[in-house]
This record gives sequence, structure tokens and C-alpha cells, in this order.
Amino acid sequence: MNLSLTPIEVEALALSIKVAFAAVVVSLPFGVGVAWLLARREFPGKILLDGLVHLPLIVPPVVVGYLLLVLLGRKGPLGAWLFDVFGVTVAFTWKGAAVASGVMAFPLIVRAIRLSIESVDRGLEAAARTLGAGPVLVFATITLPLIVPGILTGTILGFARSLGEFGATITFVSNIPGETQTLPLALYSVVQTPDSDAAAMRLVVISVVLALAALLASEMVARRVRRRIGR
Amino acid sequence: MIDHAVLEAAADEVVLDVDVRARFGDFDLQARFTAPGGLTALFGRSGVGKTSLINLLAGLARPIAGHIRVGDVALFDAAASIDLPPEKRRVGYVFQDGRLFPHLNVSRNLTYGMNRVPPAERHHGFAQAVELLELGGLLERRPAGLSGGEKQRVAIGRALLASPRLLLMDEPLSALDAARKNEIMPFIERLRDEMRVPIVYVSHALDDVVRLADIMVILSDGRVVASGEVEDVMSRLDLRPLTGRYEAGAVLAAVVIGDDRESELTELSFGAGNLWVPSLDLPRGAPLRVRIRARDVSLSLSKPEDSSVLNIFRGTVISVEDSDGPYADVLINIGAPLIARITRKSLNRLAIGPGKTVYASVKASAIDRRSVGLGGTRRRRH
Repeated sequence: MNLSLTPIEVEALALSIKVAFAAVVVSLPFGVGVAWLLARREFPGKILLDGLVHLPLIVPPVVVGYLLLVLLGRKGPLGAWLFDVFGVTVAFTWKGAAVASGVMAFPLIVRAIRLSIESVDRGLEAAARTLGAGPVLVFATITLPLIVPGILTGTILGFARSLGEFGATITFVSNIPGETQTLPLALYSVVQTPDSDAAAMRLVVISVVLALAALLASEMVARRVRRRIGR
Repeated sequence: MIDHAVLEAAADEVVLDVDVRARFGDFDLQARFTAPGGLTALFGRSGVGKTSLINLLAGLARPIAGHIRVGDVALFDAAASIDLPPEKRRVGYVFQDGRLFPHLNVSRNLTYGMNRVPPAERHHGFAQAVELLELGGLLERRPAGLSGGEKQRVAIGRALLASPRLLLMDEPLSALDAARKNEIMPFIERLRDEMRVPIVYVSHALDDVVRLADIMVILSDGRVVASGEVEDVMSRLDLRPLTGRYEAGAVLAAVVIGDDRESELTELSFGAGNLWVPSLDLPRGAPLRVRIRARDVSLSLSKPEDSSVLNIFRGTVISVEDSDGPYADVLINIGAPLIARITRKSLNRLAIGPGKTVYASVKASAIDRRSVGLGGTRRRRH
């Protein structure tokens, strides 16, 4: 078995990483914001927001993909606006794949960060206030550093979820090699063709190695962070 | 008996003026008191609203009416719609549980508040605070690696370096054992005497109050039931249910006259008389407060001539109150108020009542280091 990757495999691998990375990086600030709202604020419609955030976790991914297509397709209300104002098309592009992955990963990111915020001793924040720091500064200098482990967990969960995203992606942006064909989609295509066991196995190995590498890297970072914040 | 002219002079320079009303769930808090500088103790059992009250002072909770003033600054004034947020109040807070920031080392914990104060407005230098609280060896350490006493010292330093107008301390010693407690006490005394920061100190331990406080405010069920100089408040028989019956006793303000090294005793003067106590190892003239528990005082009608007791005072009975069990508490004027707890049987046998002349005996051994507070009121009076 040839150990070097074929151009198609390299393409799928690179695309997967790019999509997952973009999905997580863009989701993260929103994830922190929503997690903070849910953990710390009482407001009308909180239950609704909570439900909406968790929706991708409970409905079939195809449903999410289809809704995204309706909303963000060229003729969809949001998609048309994006194109008119920014000239951006997400449907059937890698950006769309990132949006699909991000939406699917969002509940996991929010859950991890929310738990982390809820575990921060509010007494520490009160102490910082009495020491002259306003709410924004308190968040930046006390809350945020203390929830870094939660943010990391959310990032890893979101990244892993994005790497494995299939249903919403294929529904929303289809399966276009080099544009939207991430590893799971490539594997799906290969499995469809006869006598492709070896090719499929290669993609499986690549997927497993990628996932394990991500997990290991996160574990190492998490350990260092935990030591730094004195836990 | 008590120097009222000086008392009133001290009361004139009001530093802290609190008159607030607040609701915490179904708990209704109404507190009104004023205090000069120095250390004011908020005393009361747990659950009477002590912490709630200082949270109002810090701005961590909001009153529904009233005002809070420190010096000439209004922190809260419902009538004038003033409600400064905590970060604008410059009220330092030393929490019961320390609350050091776990992700910052000691040095950065200490400078957290200091960095938000413009250099020109800083009262205390970093080096000065580090020296006062003996934190030099800890600066690079993480809070997680500190002992309970070290944590509280850092917490005190952190609050102090934010140059507060007022320093709140919420039972800062309650989580510490007796040894650690004695380690921190001198630092709080130095804060009070050297740094001259007005302090509001929450406590339910009478020993701490007597040792540290100038002014005492007794809270009960969300209300201030008494406030004033520690000696005056402690001589009130009607407050015994709140100060604890077992703990009842008078507090005398005194100065050190000298030591009798051979017999290992120190002689104190409380103006109207002298008191021998076990050696305190304090300089001549040092001002202090001594608490004499009622149960350590016995009475007789004639002067006991051949008694082993060193401290015998002639006085007049002011009032008598029934205490729990077989006892009665007798308030006596010996030039200063003194409380004696005797059995009702003895009370009747000796026919003790208001106006009667009695001799009160106080064993020197009944007064230990924990009953003695340094400095405070007398120092300001003279």
C-alpha cells in the first residue's frame, strides 16, 4: 500500500481542516457571547434562545442543511442579502460547508463554555468590581481567563463535530470535489463506487489519525492552561 | 465614669454615615449608624444581616432607601438618585473566603486594584504594603499554594493597595485556626493605627471585637439595636441576650503602668483604679482595652482583707438583672462600669440592690491575652 497521499486525498484533508477551522473560529465569539447570556442573564425569550441554539443537536442534520439552503441559497432571504451587499455566495462553496459545520457544532461549543462560566465563582467577579474594575474589564481579566479550559473544550468538540459533519453539508452545499468535498463526503463518494475498499480504508485511516491528532493537541494545551490558571 | 466631652468630640468627626433600608428576599434590613475613623465592628449572630449590610456599603447589593456616606462622598443616596457602582466607590473588601484570583500570582493579585487607581491618588505604596503584611517571600506564588493565613494577608494587601476610602472586612479570621488568627491580628491593628484606614469589621466573636474595635454596632434580625464605643455598649446589661449570656462582661479602657517582672504581672490603670493582670509585655503608657467577664467577678459587702484576689474594687450597685439559670447580673460603678454574675441565692443573702456599696473581686488569672485589645479609643482620646 502506497503511504503517500493521492492529490484527491490531500485535497479532501486540507478542505476538511480549512472548513472545520473556519467553522470553529467564526462560531467561537458568538458561542462565548451566547453562553454568557444563557449562564448569567435573565431576559424574556431566554428559553427560546436556548432551544434555538440546541436545535441542530436534536433535529436531523438534513433538516438543518435544508433550512440553510432555503435561508442562505442565492434566492434565500439571507443569501440574496449577502450577495447584494457583500457579493458573497455561500451556497455550494466551502464557506457554505463551514457555515453548515459551524451551525451543527454551535450547541456543543455553547454547552461547554456555558458550563464553564457557570462554574466561575461569582464572588471573584464581585471582588474585582470592588477593586475598581467595571463589568467589561471584569469579564476580560477575570471571567475570560478562568473559562479558557471551557473554551478549549468547546473548540475541540466543535472542531471534531465539524470534521465529522455530513448530513447538513451534503444537503446545503452538495458534494463538489475540491470545493465542498470534505473527508466524510469523499468517503461517501468512494463507498458508492464498486471495488473501492482500499481507497475507502485509506480515507478512514486519515480521518481517524486527524481526529486523534486534534484530540491529543487539545489535551496538551488544556493541561498547560490548567497549570497556568492554578487549578 | 466615661469622658463624655471627648466622646462627643470624637463623634463630631463622622467618617461613616449609614442609614439604609434594603430587602433580601423576605429579609428586611434597616440599619442606621455613624462611626468616626478607626475600626467599627458589626457584631451579631450569623444570619442577622451583617454581610448583607456591608454588601450594601460595597455596592454589591442595592438599598431601596436611605444613604451611605464616607467622609464627604455619597456612595448611595436615594433622595439624590446617587448609586455609585462598586468600581467607583473605592471601598475595599476583604472577604471571609479571601477570593484571591486563582489565575494570577500574588504580586498581580496585589496590583489588580492598585493599577486602576491613578498614581497621584494612591495612598499606599506597593513596597510599603508588602512590608507591612510581610508578603515579600510570596510575590511569585499562586494563591492555590498559600496557607489560609497567607491568603488573608494577600487579600488585605490587595484591598489596601486599591487605596480605599473605607475598608470592609467580613470575618476575615473566621476560617483560620487560633494560631493563624493571632498571626493576622497584629496586621489588622497596624492597618487601623498606622495606615489610618477607616475599617468596618464584621464579626460574631466578642474577643475579636474587644481586641480590635473602637466602635461597636450590634445587629439583630436586620436592625441596629445598639451602637457606640465598645466600653459603653459592653456595659449595658440589656444587650446580654445579643452579646451572648456566657460572654457577658464589661470592657475597661486602660493604660499600662508597669510590669512587676518578679511576679510576672502587669499593672494597668483605668482611671478610677488599678488592675493587675498576667504579664502583657507592653510598654509603659500603652493604651488598651480589657474585657472582664461577669462570671469572673465576685462580690462581698466588706473588703476581703485576707483574700488571694489581687484586684478588689469598691463600688456602688447601679442595677441588677436576672440572668438565666440561678444567676443574676449586677452592674457596679467602680469608677467605670463592671458587671458581676452571682447566684440569686447570694444576691438575696447579701441583700444586694441598687445603691448598695459592694466590693468586687477580679482574679488576675481570669484575664488572658485574648481579653486584651491594643490601642483604639484611648489612643484617640489622649
